[in-house]
Amino acid sequence: MSRSAFDTAVIGGGLHGLSAALHLARAGRRVVLVEQNWVGRHASGATAAGVRTLGRDLAEVPISLESMEMWHRIEAIVGDHCGFHSYGQLRVAEFTAHLPSLEKRLETMHQQGYGHEEIIDRAELLKLVPAIAPHCVGALIARRDGAADPHRALRAFRRSCEGAGVVIHEGCGVTAIDRRGSDWHIRAGEQEITVPVIVNAAGAWAARLAALVGDDIPLGLKASMMIVTERLAPLLKPVVSVVGRSLSFKQSDQGTLVIGGGLQGRADIDAQKSAVDFTELAKGARAATDLFPSVKDVRITRSWAGIEAKTKDLLPVIGPSPNASGVFHAFGFSGHGFQLVPVVGSIIADLVVSGKTQRHISPFSAERLMTTRAAA
Amino acid sequence: MFRKLHEPEGAITVYVDGIAASAEPGESIAAVLLRAAPHWSRTTPVTQSKRAPYCMMGVCFECLAIVDGIASVQTCLTLVRDGMRIERQHGKRSLSA
Amino acid sequence: MTSVDLLIVGAGPAGMAAAVQARRFGLDVLVVDDQPAPGGQIWRSVETVAAAPRGKILGQAYQAGKPLADAFRASGVRYQPGTQLWQIEPGFRAFVTRDRQASTIEARSVILATGAQERPVPFAGWTLPGVLTVGAAQILLKSSGQIPEKPVWIAGSGPLPLLYLVQLLRAGGKIAGYLDTTPPGRRRAALPHLAKALGAAGDLIKGLAWMGMLRKARVPIVRHVADIEAIGSERIESLMYRTRTGQEKTVPADVLLVHEGVIPSIHGALALGCAVAWRDDQDCYAPVLDPWGESSQAGIFVAGDGAGIAGAQAASLRGELAALRVAVTLGRASEQAAAEAAKPIRRKLDRQLALRPFLDALFKPRPEIFAPSDATIVCRCEEVTAGDIRAMADVGRPGPNQVKAFTRAGMGPCQGRQCGYTVTQILAAAEGRTAQEVGFYRIRPPLKPVTLGELASLDRREKVS
Repeated sequence: MSRSAFDTAVIGGGLHGLSAALHLARAGRRVVLVEQNWVGRHASGATAAGVRTLGRDLAEVPISLESMEMWHRIEAIVGDHCGFHSYGQLRVAEFTAHLPSLEKRLETMHQQGYGHEEIIDRAELLKLVPAIAPHCVGALIARRDGAADPHRALRAFRRSCEGAGVVIHEGCGVTAIDRRGSDWHIRAGEQEITVPVIVNAAGAWAARLAALVGDDIPLGLKASMMIVTERLAPLLKPVVSVVGRSLSFKQSDQGTLVIGGGLQGRADIDAQKSAVDFTELAKGARAATDLFPSVKDVRITRSWAGIEAKTKDLLPVIGPSPNASGVFHAFGFSGHGFQLVPVVGSIIADLVVSGKTQRHISPFSAERLMTTRAAA
Repeated sequence: MFRKLHEPEGAITVYVDGIAASAEPGESIAAVLLRAAPHWSRTTPVTQSKRAPYCMMGVCFECLAIVDGIASVQTCLTLVRDGMRIERQHGKRSLSA
Repeated sequence: MTSVDLLIVGAGPAGMAAAVQARRFGLDVLVVDDQPAPGGQIWRSVETVAAAPRGKILGQAYQAGKPLADAFRASGVRYQPGTQLWQIEPGFRAFVTRDRQASTIEARSVILATGAQERPVPFAGWTLPGVLTVGAAQILLKSSGQIPEKPVWIAGSGPLPLLYLVQLLRAGGKIAGYLDTTPPGRRRAALPHLAKALGAAGDLIKGLAWMGMLRKARVPIVRHVADIEAIGSERIESLMYRTRTGQEKTVPADVLLVHEGVIPSIHGALALGCAVAWRDDQDCYAPVLDPWGESSQAGIFVAGDGAGIAGAQAASLRGELAALRVAVTLGRASEQAAAEAAKPIRRKLDRQLALRPFLDALFKPRPEIFAPSDATIVCRCEEVTAGDIRAMADVGRPGPNQVKAFTRAGMGPCQGRQCGYTVTQILAAAEGRTAQEVGFYRIRPPLKPVTLGELASLDRREKVS
């Protein structure tokens, strides 16, 4: 392989790596993407694929809203609708005691000038989600939110990347990164790549990658568990979460219920494996059956845990490396990165191509984690 | 489709889609379904094609049916009980049913 | 929460023998089993049927299961029939459901004695009502005393179709014909293994006797059948078969039974992270085990056909060996005593295993099984065709797990038990790789479809308010 074939290497074949590669290639970069396993092996293939602005950290709201606009025209971006539906996301208050937290959130949003979240009462909640337990009293809703099909999105992003000229090498884990003049020399499986620019989108393995170029960024792990059930006749359209419990509940196009919400399984980053903890997962099943009593006898067909990186403040790292010029980070999405995929790829392309971006990304700097380092 | 070799001992009655069928204590619901025309247990959630018990040992999940109101029961692993109500399962499971 | 020394999963020959052996050392043993009564598939309903008229129809090898079932009952083992095991977590904590109640079991050791299943044989029309496996028909005979109403077609290869045909004759059943799919040349391939197999000559003679009975009863036999197709709209109405010499015929059919050998049930072992290795001789994966049956995961044993197909007698012997080793690891027997006790068991086991190379070569599955036509459904649950799988092989070099994500093959309730090997073999052919390289689905729990309510009942938290 000619060493000058590429000018940009993306490390990590999850959706964020693919999105960065796609935007970079469309901006005229010659991009190679290396993936240690296969495209979408971990978090991107294990996600519930919620497309959610609802309840996001204020720091994330601007890019999340921009990303939402991109999701609404995703077919124009990647040539496929990615199974995206916009039936809204709801955060349900089961009891009146839970309403004040939602009201406070809404007030904050209004103060900041955001109007995409609203509160609905019990009557509207029951109208939107007839299957919900009648004891629920109301909800916070973002009506333009929704969900997508992660595998369909993976294929669409991958095809678009390849169509834009991105070369993808799977089964190539990075073992070394060295300076070669102003370039970086990467060894990844059988590949030897010399490029001036590296994008670190290595998910749960991103801290190790960062360390190879001299950035010591403390990163935790998540192994969020998911439940998928047998196919059911249509039951609900919006994605439902609930105050005070770990639950995210939706129905896929195929009719299966997809139940998550951040309950944690076990992750082994070295073995690249994760495992479900059923005692913990029972809480999710309990929340699901409490909120949707009619699903009590529905059969679970699969469950799993995906591995991804978590930061101390649960905000991602998006931006240039503090210590290594030409290296850009995009990781640490802490369990809510799927919705941000389109916009973050675009931000990375901005940073690489022009050295700056219009988007407000200072809250996502790597430095914030490095200077206030704490024991994990 | 199938027939018993002997007169059932201590025969009991189950109902398949409301129609009485004779059954023998100790046999599976799937065995009864293979004697009760029309000989299928469910239609698939994907194309609504008809399916009947296939493996009889719990590994193919073709014999799913609604038993006493509970859907997606593996009838090859479930023994008959007197008065049991068995319904053939149509397509995607419906929770209002 | 129940707590035991040894959890045995499955009450077939291996599970029962392991339980009896473990009880001799005073171990606290719990056996859980899907089925309503002990015996496994080979000895289904043996306790009630062995002495009944049906026992005679089924034959001596069937009736021979009764003493072990009796010993099992008398051993003082805790036994939970009708119980589905759906997960085992490290430690070990097992999750089961019985009578719609979920519970957990803590166990110091686990023996997986989950047996075998028939090798899935995809062909056009195999999902039609009226197409069943031979094993299914035999279970119907054992547990329900029922046989096909009208003349039945049987297609396949191996000892089981022959045995079932003989049992059907004894029961007064009507046989439309036997479509023997064993390809030409298999006898020659098996011959070199014959001498070694003679240690178990009884089984060989039995097989020859079956053939004699079929000839005497003038059962129509079509040899060297290469392809079959079941035809019908709502159920099988006719079937087409084609021989290797190109002879093609379509005949009316009411019931078609198929069988192309058996394969180990490995879902439990895979879910537990036990290493498996490809077996060229049996065209399947089997767990990697030490001479006692302990897997790569310490404390998890696999015994019986789940450890590699070897038949009921070998299964019992492997169960005894595993239980001996468990007794040692739990401090109830010395290494020396176990080694001594194992000697005669290993001798008998060797004799049983000596028969396998001959049978494996004689009944090696025909290649067509692994290369169904594009239109043939491969994943019965999600109705994914062989063509759908092949179409996925164009992007990258996907393995079974990527194909599963993109096509939904293997995502249905059977968890890939009916399509796993076919997907592996189709990808191997399309990508020029071996089945071993392509690998198998990652098995995601639960192993059996527990309900949300059953799982929720394991959450002991106080009610939310």
